[in-house]
Amino acid sequence: MSIHRNAGADTLALHAGQTPDPVHRSRATPIHFTTSYVFEDSEHAASLFNQERAGHVYSRISNPTNAVLEERIAALDGGIGAIACASGQAALLLAITTLMGSGGHIVASRALYGGSHNLLAYTLPRFGIETTFIAPGDHQGWRAAIRPETRLLFGEAIGNPGLEVLDIPELALIARDARIPLLVDATLVTPMLQCPLDLGANLVVHSATKFLGGHGVAIGGLLVDGGNFDWEGSGGHFPTLTEPYEGFHGMDFAEESPIAAFLLRARREGLRDFGACLSPMNAFQILQGMETLGLRMERHVANARALVSHLVEHPLVESVAWPELESHPDHQLAARLLPKGCGGVFSFSLKGGRAAGASFIEALRVFSHLANVGDAKSLAIHPASTTHFRMSRNALLAAGITEGTVRLSVGLESTSDLIEDLDRALHAVQKAAT
Amino acid sequence: MRINLSGHLSDHITFCHTGSQRLERDRPTALFIHGAGHDHSVWALQSRYFAHHGWNVIAPDLPGHGRSSGPALESIEELANWIIALAHKLGAERPLVVGHSMGALIALQVAATAPELVSRLALVGVVVPMPVAPALLDSTLSNREKAHALINQWSFAPRSQIGASSIPGINLTALNERLMQRQAPGVLHADMAACNAYAGGFEAASRVRGPCLLLSSAQDRMTPPKALTPLVQAFGSEARLTRTVLPEAGHAMMSEAPGQVLDALWAFANSPQTSGPPT
Repeated sequence: MSIHRNAGADTLALHAGQTPDPVHRSRATPIHFTTSYVFEDSEHAASLFNQERAGHVYSRISNPTNAVLEERIAALDGGIGAIACASGQAALLLAITTLMGSGGHIVASRALYGGSHNLLAYTLPRFGIETTFIAPGDHQGWRAAIRPETRLLFGEAIGNPGLEVLDIPELALIARDARIPLLVDATLVTPMLQCPLDLGANLVVHSATKFLGGHGVAIGGLLVDGGNFDWEGSGGHFPTLTEPYEGFHGMDFAEESPIAAFLLRARREGLRDFGACLSPMNAFQILQGMETLGLRMERHVANARALVSHLVEHPLVESVAWPELESHPDHQLAARLLPKGCGGVFSFSLKGGRAAGASFIEALRVFSHLANVGDAKSLAIHPASTTHFRMSRNALLAAGITEGTVRLSVGLESTSDLIEDLDRALHAVQKAAT
Repeated sequence: MRINLSGHLSDHITFCHTGSQRLERDRPTALFIHGAGHDHSVWALQSRYFAHHGWNVIAPDLPGHGRSSGPALESIEELANWIIALAHKLGAERPLVVGHSMGALIALQVAATAPELVSRLALVGVVVPMPVAPALLDSTLSNREKAHALINQWSFAPRSQIGASSIPGINLTALNERLMQRQAPGVLHADMAACNAYAGGFEAASRVRGPCLLLSSAQDRMTPPKALTPLVQAFGSEARLTRTVLPEAGHAMMSEAPGQVLDALWAFANSPQTSGPPT
């Protein structure tokens, strides 16, 4: 059952989480540049520390500007609350460490952002947490990979680099049967295109660095809790949430709040001890971006559609991976789960391999050549000559990339200028080949 | 704490939150009763404060709610008798009895039925009678999602509907909606029907002896302060009433203004007027 929204998404993106401050009446969200907060007296201090009163103690744990951001994304996503983190990676790590320790196991989509894949495949095993990777559409494989010690299912709403669409309702059923939460990385869709919690997911992470901020000036991450997972009914799988925690005055988080247990533990332990908090300056900048999120996502999608239409017919283009195309294997799924559009990121493969990809990238003038997505400005990268340059042709193919694959993050520029830029680069490819 | 009560619910488990503290014989006791479709966790902050400041806390999940099993009881009188049985079972001596909304009706009925049991009475977000709009009562059966949305719309002040939360990072209306969703089908309807049918409020108020706090919120559309007048008039001459109205919150004041609710309860619990047994 999804959460009722108190207003439309565009209204929430502008207002949720903020009330004009009662002292100065400032309309914009103030930046609370403070590490700490003055206690009224010793008694007030003690009760804040012991979670007897709500409020701020130290900005590593909570901050008024960050709280606006947290409440805004929670309102948009239909969550009961959120935690702002230093980056999307920090948000993912916070989710994992709140749910499990050494001996835990994750089943994750194989089509993940490289940073998330590195964390799960190489780093977390050093701390005793293993991951089994499954193709996002192999639902039987997901079921089969679940072990007694599995504590999380994880995938991206739209995968990398093939834009595989995660069948969230189906995976939510698999997760529910196994009494395991489903975490979805919704960075590429944002709440304007899809709300995974409404489709049955239990937790959501965003790299707020991307479309939420939109300006490419601030790194940040958000972890949203749907409040729709029964931690107590999970057969003792989550003792971090259902047993007294000596590290916080013996608090049993699920007893304290059966709904918000996860967020309580994540903030009271994860932010407190691991410390990957968000700077209030970054929170403010991301909030500024979110105010126009709805308008921007419409334009990102419209521009992406125009460029896909242009490229798919081009003789130098081998293929375009875009779920709105009938040729994409997840076309039907996208029509059902992403009716407002598949976002502003897609990849295509040039005929002519590595050399063609390099020529294309170097000829672009409007698109910026860099390793990021979700900026207001259009971005491009050629994996075979940058992020994946050490990999052989076969290794690239195993990762779903060809030597001529180019990934575009389509920005908000005039559509005609973007098409002209692509044509310029394609012409350069043709010229280099002759 | 999980216990079994005697009587017709003896086969069922009753859960009581104690603020993560053991009950001690030499401490005063505060008994917190939640409202319709809720559980003990609505009192999380206030009950934790009391429990860590020298009080025994008993915050039960009413039958069929939260961690307590059994069917939801169907009348305020039955619920009051259940609370009285619970207090006796736990050896609670003259507790401060605090109730919110439906819980406040239960607390009022407890004070009238067992005046010797209750030392002080705190009614949070209450009106008497407490009629439930037919459309809402119907939707608790036919369309829970709609019922939850209606309750949230009436329970939270405009500021909480879209603005900032008093609890950093928490979306209060969504939290409340999930808590209501968590209760078994039929529980919310039974609660609402019990509130709607309760006709003994004025009679109960006339029998109250001793201190009573009426805690309201100015922006409460569910139990607005101005609707309290008949209840105030119904209290007996021996009742010592304290009225407090919080300016910013709505009906869900324990989460919307948790510190102000705590301060009002704590001041009432410890005021000289209320420090001893009522005369």
